[in-house]
Amino acid sequence: MTRRTLVHILFYIILIALAIVYLLPIYLMVLTGVKSISQVDLKTMWSMPINGLHIENFIAGYKQLAPNITNSLVMVIPEAILSALLGSLNGYLLAKWKFRGSNLIFSLILFGMFIPYQSILIPLVKFMQSIKLYGDIPGLILVHIIYGIPITTLIFRNYYAGIGTEILEAGRIDGASLMGLYRYIMFPLSAPSFAVVIIWQFTQAWNEFLFAVILTNQSNWPVTVALNNLAGSQLVQWNVLMAATLLAAIPTLLVYIFLGRYFLRGLMAGALKG
Amino acid sequence: MLLGVVFILILRSVSLVIAGKDLTSLAILISGLVFYAGVLIIVSMFQSETVLTIALLLPSIIAVAIFVYGFIGWSIRVSLSQWKGLNPDYTWVGLKQYYDLFNNDPRFVIDVRNTVMFTVGFIAGCLILGLGLAILLDQKLKGEAIFRGIFLVPMSISFIATGVIWGWLMNPATGNRITGINLIFQSLGLNSLISLWHSTPMPWGMAFTIIPAVWQLSGYTMALYLGGIRAVSEDLREAARVDGASEFEIYRYIILPILQPVTLSAVIILAHMSLKIFDLIVALGNKAISLDVPGIYMWVTTFDGTNYARGAAIGILMLISVAVLVVPYLVQSMRSETQL
Repeated sequence: MTRRTLVHILFYIILIALAIVYLLPIYLMVLTGVKSISQVDLKTMWSMPINGLHIENFIAGYKQLAPNITNSLVMVIPEAILSALLGSLNGYLLAKWKFRGSNLIFSLILFGMFIPYQSILIPLVKFMQSIKLYGDIPGLILVHIIYGIPITTLIFRNYYAGIGTEILEAGRIDGASLMGLYRYIMFPLSAPSFAVVIIWQFTQAWNEFLFAVILTNQSNWPVTVALNNLAGSQLVQWNVLMAATLLAAIPTLLVYIFLGRYFLRGLMAGALKG
Repeated sequence: MLLGVVFILILRSVSLVIAGKDLTSLAILISGLVFYAGVLIIVSMFQSETVLTIALLLPSIIAVAIFVYGFIGWSIRVSLSQWKGLNPDYTWVGLKQYYDLFNNDPRFVIDVRNTVMFTVGFIAGCLILGLGLAILLDQKLKGEAIFRGIFLVPMSISFIATGVIWGWLMNPATGNRITGINLIFQSLGLNSLISLWHSTPMPWGMAFTIIPAVWQLSGYTMALYLGGIRAVSEDLREAARVDGASEFEIYRYIILPILQPVTLSAVIILAHMSLKIFDLIVALGNKAISLDVPGIYMWVTTFDGTNYARGAAIGILMLISVAVLVVPYLVQSMRSETQL
């Protein structure tokens, strides 16, 4: 028994050490964000802030990023909701109304999840220019919704596949149509999946960079593009930059902390069988 | 259809009034929706549920067909042209762009080497750490959920944020301006460990970009493994214990072999991520040539250098490298599912 306790203590030590390593970058980001620049430049980056918390870093960071945070919010909220609705409909049809070739169609849709977007970037830009959606947020929303179809369809399809067909058959006997079954039986049952998909799409679109940098012009930059620009500009002090990074990361961090369970399910869905 | 055209005409005239804002796209969208609603109404008269199913799936199918497959085809066509400059030039040059990339383009050689180095290190790091963490968390220790949560935190922030934070932690400045991890090493007296990190001269700078990538994705690998370990029934382990197997032997001879499919999935997913790696390196390296990867080169050569044909060729090569990995995996997943 004592040997077992010793082993457990060893495991705890390893786990705690690793946890510290994993949290360190985030801890430092927060710590640096609340310090004055004199404390950052000197060799005190690891020590606690001495002369009070410097909230002004956050204000400075916020001033830099405020329009972009708004842009990101304006983009991400409709994107996540519309994606989820579309994915839900696709998932329902592909799980419960199989026809010849439906599995093939599903596989072909799924492939879209893995492609490197560099391979479609040139046509995408030309296409968005030709339909006059280039440079603006609605265009970015459209692109995120379309390239989100594979993952949202996958999550909903797997979820609906787990719901027994008996309930649908009962609905049919009562005379419900295809859309009626969706509207009155499946849709009310899908709240957990909606949570997973909305949270997933929210996080993805918030963190996404490639489409954002290519498809929007400066006044419509989402927060990732603005943050990258800020970091590359050399003019910003470290403490302000870290405060800005924290501001840019906070929405998804909060989602993870409070809704982590749903976030994880989205994460696992990406691995197909995982 | 007719309604749509009327809509466009109306909106055209309205758009002249609303501060000259171009509403063509909105008009296309609305007319499309009106047209689609008409199709749905006609289809629902037929009483055939299969037709209705397909009609309802059609917008997504068309969107994916155009935005994924159509655009890939278009990109391939661009990559076979000599389009350079802002005006499209589809003059056929065959595989010249690809030939030039491999034979007359030192930057692409750097890209390939960097990608290989990054992929190998990244996958190895994630698998080893991920499996180690999963086994540690499988010991039924108190507070397991908290630890699991901590290891997954990096997954929720963007590659850009990770790149910015680690770009500072791995700051190469020395002397009075020393900071980041180098400062820890200095204060601990480990001067020999002070490093230039990702600013190390080629080719080894790239190796350091693996650190933030592993930091971000090893938790994910852990979650994949943990799912696999939890799927091993307790009965099986108990039976092995009764037969006198030690805990180590249980992992070595029972759990690891069962985890092989999980490892395969993890390798494929991590490899396809690393072949596409882009944002993290942009945020870390600010487009430095020594840290160049195909994703960045494609971006720079296309949109900064306006060499569209070359950019398209790089994009298609990236696609091929990912497809080689993912297509067999997708086929396998689908096949095993239809057997169920």
